[in-house]
Formats: sequence, C-alpha cells, structure tokens
Amino acid sequence: MVSAAFDPSLLNKIVSRFVDMPGGLLPALHEIQKTIGHVPRAAIKPLAQGFNITEAEVFGVVTFYHDFRLDRPAGTHVLKLCRAEACQAVGAEALAAHAKRKLGIDWHGTTGDGAWSLEPVFCLGLCACGPSAMIDGEVHARLDAPALDKLIA
Amino acid sequence: MKTLRARLPKDAAALALGAETVAAALRKEAAARNFELELARTGSRGMVWLEPLLEIETEEGWRGFGPLSASDVAAVLDGKSAKALGDIGAHPWLKRQTRLIFARSGTVDPASTAGLSFAGLKRAREIGPAAVLDEVTKSGLRGRGGAGFPTGIKWKGAAEAVGAQKYVVCNADEGDSGTFADRMLMEGDPFLLIEGMIVAGFAIGATKGFVYIRSEYPHAIAAMERAIAVARNERLLRPEFDIEIRIGAGSYVCGEETALLESIEGKRGQVRAKPPLPVHRGLFGQPTIINNVLTFAAVPAILEKGAAQYAALGTGRSRGTMPVQLAGDIKFGGLFEAPFGLTLGELVNDIGGGTRSGRPVRAVQVGGPLGAYFPTSLFDTPFDYEAFSARDGLIGHGGIVVFNDSVDMAAQARFAFEFCAIESCSKCTPCRIGSVRGQEVVDRIVKGEKRDDNLALLRELCDTMRGGSLCALGGFVPYPVLSALTHFAEDFTR
Repeated sequence: MVSAAFDPSLLNKIVSRFVDMPGGLLPALHEIQKTIGHVPRAAIKPLAQGFNITEAEVFGVVTFYHDFRLDRPAGTHVLKLCRAEACQAVGAEALAAHAKRKLGIDWHGTTGDGAWSLEPVFCLGLCACGPSAMIDGEVHARLDAPALDKLIA
Repeated sequence: MKTLRARLPKDAAALALGAETVAAALRKEAAARNFELELARTGSRGMVWLEPLLEIETEEGWRGFGPLSASDVAAVLDGKSAKALGDIGAHPWLKRQTRLIFARSGTVDPASTAGLSFAGLKRAREIGPAAVLDEVTKSGLRGRGGAGFPTGIKWKGAAEAVGAQKYVVCNADEGDSGTFADRMLMEGDPFLLIEGMIVAGFAIGATKGFVYIRSEYPHAIAAMERAIAVARNERLLRPEFDIEIRIGAGSYVCGEETALLESIEGKRGQVRAKPPLPVHRGLFGQPTIINNVLTFAAVPAILEKGAAQYAALGTGRSRGTMPVQLAGDIKFGGLFEAPFGLTLGELVNDIGGGTRSGRPVRAVQVGGPLGAYFPTSLFDTPFDYEAFSARDGLIGHGGIVVFNDSVDMAAQARFAFEFCAIESCSKCTPCRIGSVRGQEVVDRIVKGEKRDDNLALLRELCDTMRGGSLCALGGFVPYPVLSALTHFAEDFTR
C-alpha cells in the first residue's frame, strides 16, 4: 500500500479523468489514494486547476474526510478497529488498548517498520458480531486479543 | 454425478465470521465425494448468530446448517452434522417476522434478476406517477433513515417542484452504530433498492439517481456496482432513468441529508441551513428527493400489495414494517423485520434472547449514537416513532444496542460528546464547541469537581445544543447524554 515515490504525471492523468464529472473531486481523491496509497500534497495544485477551484478549497475537502491521508502514507497493512457503541458493548475498548500496546502505536499511527497502521472506524455494520475490524479491506468479527494477535502476527 | 445445490452468504457479517473458509471446505469436500457443486452466494437471512449459515437442497427441501466452521462441512455432506437446523424458512425466529423488505435476502442471487418479478415497478407504470404518489402517501410510509418524515409528502413536493433536472438520491451512508439493514439489503437484494429508486424517479419525473454508500461498506459497494451493471445490461436502467454510485470518505455527518448532497457535489460534507428544502433546491440546486435505502426498498411491496395492505400493519402513526437490528451484547443478534409495535423488552429478551455474555442487561441504546439509552424499567415501550419520542428517545434507523451490567454510563455519555466532536462538520458553534466542552464537563462531574454546578451546566449545554444546532448531530447528542444522566445517575457520582 505504501509508495512514497510516485510519478507526478500520474496526478494529472487521474485528475483529467474526473474533471468533467459533476462533483468529481471526491472520486478523484479516492482514485489518487487508491493508486498512490495516500494523497500527496503535490496533488492539491493539479486538483485545484482541474476542477477550477482554489487550492484552499481542495485542502478543505481533503482534510474534512477521515479517509484521506494527506501526506501520510499508510503502513503495508491497515488495521481499522471499530470504536462504536455496538462493539464497545462487547469489549472493543479493551481490544483497542491491546492493539495499541501490541503494535506500540496510537490511533492514526504507523509502526516504525512501516508494517502496520492503526485507524479507528465508527461502525463497519458488523454490530451483531463485534468487536469487529477491517484489515486491508477484509472484515473480521467477534475478535478478542488472541484472535487479533493471530491476524497481526 | 450427483448435483449438490447449496447457498452460502457472501454478506459481510458472514465473511467476517469465516464464510470463505467454509466455501473452500465445501468445494473440497464436494469434489472428494464426486458431487457437482452448484454454490449460490447470497446475502444473509439476518440470523447473524448462525453465520456462516449454509443451506443445501435435499429431497425434503432446503436444509440449513450453522454456525459452521470449515471442519464442520464434511459432516454436513455426510448427513450427520450436529449443526443441522432444519428448514430455515420455517425457523421460529424467521416465522415470527413479517418480511416485506427482507423477503428475499438470503435466498436470491444478488447479482441476477432471474426469478424477480419487479411487480411493484410494473404496477407503477400501469397506474402512472400521480397514482404512485397517492399510493405511497396512503401507505403511511415514513422515512426509515430516522427522521420519520412522510415519504408521500416528500415525493409530492418534488413532483410539483419545477426544475431542469430532478434527482433521486439514496442515502446509504449507514453510519449509526448498531445498524446494518442497509448494508444487508444492498448485499442481499440490491435489485429491490434499484426497483424502488426507479419507481421514485418515475413518480417525481427524475432521470438520474445517486446511491451514496459509505466507504466502510466495500462489500455493499461491490454488490451494488454488480447489480447496476446487470440492470443496465437488461435495460432496467437506461437513459430515461439511470443510477450512479458515489462513495463516502469516512464522515458520519454525511449521513445528514444536506451534508450528503454537499459530499456528492464534491465538497466538504457540511450541513446546509434549511429552507430551502432539498425537494425544492437539492443536489446541484435542483429538486431532489433523498431517502434511506429501506424507504426505497419498502416501495415495491407497497405498490405490489397495495397501500391499504401495507397501512394495515403497524401501530399509531407508524405504519408498515421496520427492520429492527439487534446488536451489541445480544445472544440472537441480527435483523428482525416486523410491524411496528413490539415492545423493547420483547425485542431484547424474547427475540434477542438477552445478552451473549450471559450477564444481565443494564441499558440499551436505540437509534444509533444519537439515540437515548433506555433502562430495563422502560422495556414496555412499544417500538414506534411516537412512543419513543414520548419517552425522550428515538427509534432512528432501527438499531438496538444491548449493554450488560459492566457498562459505565458516564463513560457512554462522555463518548457521545467525543464522537460528536470527531464527526462534527464544524459549521455551527453549539455542535463544534459544545461537543468539546461537554466532554470536559462530564470529566469534572465524574471527578467530583463542583458536581451540582457542573450537572446544571451539563443540562444547560444540552439545552443549547438541542435548540441551537443546525442538524441532528449536535441537536441529538443530548439524547444519549441526558438519558444516561436521568436513568443511570449513580454512574456519575461514584
């Protein structure tokens, strides 16, 4: 997922694909993040030019949404742990504390070796089988510390 | 070679509980027995505690097995499984339900229209737009996203509005914890949603629909993308009415209808002041109806069976069925669709079976993170919009989250503020600042600092947020906070 180096011309190519779509800024940002792994600051200028809005507006959109990682490359794997009430009711907080201890990072952090990033998520819609998590897009339910350890080993 | 027909959910909850390893084992064991396997990947029946739930066709009909792990599969095929559940369609937990929206989920292929009647859409085209609006109004259907606004009135407003282009927007930004009905419907029966949206477009004169799905739901997004491609291929969707998917980006407030419209427009998901209402000036400034997944999905059955039959279900001003989602620490968790009117206690104890942990139930939060916490002493509250409102709560999107006796209700109240602070769109001051101050005040109360003064301050803050916030995020945070304080005061003073 991580790729600090990227071809700058890639940004223009992606932007040009979305400029004619009404409301295309979010889809363009999703595509940039999917391709590069995060949203590099260098993307703001071509996005602003492409969509004919100010750089401040683009910055405002990127930073509004929790999903977009502005200049913040993710680890090889991203562990998203649910923090919402249905998972809290079955021990999500203790599980999160365990995950933080085990990985040695806090929410939004990435381990020193670049292997794992830890992100909170507010509900994965797996509320009858919590605590739940998503790892690189794969979902996991009814987790406890040993089950999580196996997944992040 | 014997043919083995089977169905196994590809629903996200089933996958999270190991459905893929069961599928792999099934392929392996079937091959070992020289069976030709015809495996349909369906949505879920909604009995989450039984997932992964495998159904196979036998001479006596379809038979279910669950919850399965890979090692259970051989015994299933050899006819000696201890996980045999019999005919799932006749399971008491399903038999007690009245499934209109979820009638097909779990039994049909979400990637195919084969066997689907589209009877609601056909009738809509027979009777014409005005009669469709009339039927939806007479059915008593109210918005299932939480606000409970009468759907027929909203649709009539958009039909009468003048605009160069009208839009039908589906709110599939199901961010409330404890809810998963939208996800299940999109993964299990996406064509029902598509059918409902086509009917809506026909009724109001819109040619374009959007489904805004949260990014946390990749499986629902994939299922909807597949279904829309199939629908286009079969000319169910065509230039006269087409649907486009837009993906959220992790913002809870985008479930608020005007923030959602801003987000589709590619902007920060900030709430708009109303009026103008979206039916007059909505998406890209054009007349727009925005409804929840379940609202659209209720429409085909209303048209097929008639408004009177739908309106005959339910209680008071809450007509029809509600897919209730039983979540948190609950034994029989899942989706239970029934007419309005069951009591909270029936839902949690009789149907839900109490807690999964075996500890006593202490509190249930109904209606998502902005819903009130109810103590067991209020378990006689019937599940309907007005009854919950009368007890300072809300049914929201129908999620019920059960907490056992280990819950710290002061911590839950603090969390409500914390969540609001994280997810506030920051447009209005009561929500942006109030959510931060609220956490601090709860902390001081718990520490025992000037407790009476701070309790009074907390109530005053809640009053300000309720009356002064632009939308339900800041405006409804007082529900969980004050209900925790009212019903569980002891947790704030220990």
